Amino acid sequence: MATVAHAAIAGPDAAGARPKVTIVPVRGLPIVALVLVGVVVAIARDAKWGLMFCHVVGGGLWTGIDLFVGFVVGPIIGRMSIPARIEFSTKFMPKMLLIMPTVVTMTLAAGFQTARLSGFLDTSSPRHTWVVVSFGVVGVMAVIALAYLEPANVAVLFELRKPQPDGRVVEKLMKRFVYTAGITGVMQVATLVIMTRLAS
Amino acid sequence: MTASGPAAHAGPSLVDRRLPPVTEIGAASMIAIAVGVIYVAAHLPKHAPLGVAVAFLALAAALQVTNAFLLFRLRDFAWDRFFQVARWGLLGYAVIAGMIEYAFVYDKTRGSQLVVMTSMLALFMLNVPVLIAFTVARYQRTS
Repeated sequence: MATVAHAAIAGPDAAGARPKVTIVPVRGLPIVALVLVGVVVAIARDAKWGLMFCHVVGGGLWTGIDLFVGFVVGPIIGRMSIPARIEFSTKFMPKMLLIMPTVVTMTLAAGFQTARLSGFLDTSSPRHTWVVVSFGVVGVMAVIALAYLEPANVAVLFELRKPQPDGRVVEKLMKRFVYTAGITGVMQVATLVIMTRLAS
Repeated sequence: MTASGPAAHAGPSLVDRRLPPVTEIGAASMIAIAVGVIYVAAHLPKHAPLGVAVAFLALAAALQVTNAFLLFRLRDFAWDRFFQVARWGLLGYAVIAGMIEYAFVYDKTRGSQLVVMTSMLALFMLNVPVLIAFTVARYQRTS
């Protein structure tokens, strides 16, 4: 399998057919900056609607993307041929590298301030326990995403930039990406339960 | 961010290369940071007893020092690529850490509690770029 995978990657390269791989899509950075400035302004003004907007939009995107990638896209990638995985990854991974840290930062920063303004952070609040449970879920997702998923995401892009990418390296890193995306997808189900409990 | 640097060479796969468990130790450090932050945040807006948080902070720091020791003992390693990725990673995570620090200060976190939270944030900010850079560099060949 490894030999086949390596050959499959080396083949198109030899013909010069592989597209150039971007690590960070620079054109997206102004949008990221705009979003982060918006969150800072909402915090600085204690703007309840602004904070709720950032939290709900960011959280909706974060949960939706994690569930979709973990349970729909991930298994599809797992069944793709190596060249198809590479083509998909070269277009998909750079975008994820900008989108995910941005929506996560937006959701958490705005969510924490919303909880503070709503009094949910106070230990006497009846919803305090659910807030602390949500911290735990976010902690688990942060460890998985930052220690395993994101490094694999970046490493696979660097591998794909090589004149002759190693199929076994790509396969190993993509497998890590698919498994961790699945785990964060499961954690997002817990997030949905917690958030609906908090809102009810 | 561009990926200029040493060109890849055809050769035996780097998948089977044995390296110290930097990722696992880094993940353990991140777990310690997460537990410490959650412990303090669970007591807000009141002051949490800081003994437990300081213990997790010390554990996280010790794990990162261990990682640094293990890393700098490596000889046949793509250090150029490691530092290239780490630099850009650090820039990105400095922005995120800066936002979180701003929220701490804005929420009137003060005194020893702010020191502990800021120290944990600094460890987080240093840890993530190391993990990303290590994962990238371990699959790069040295010239």
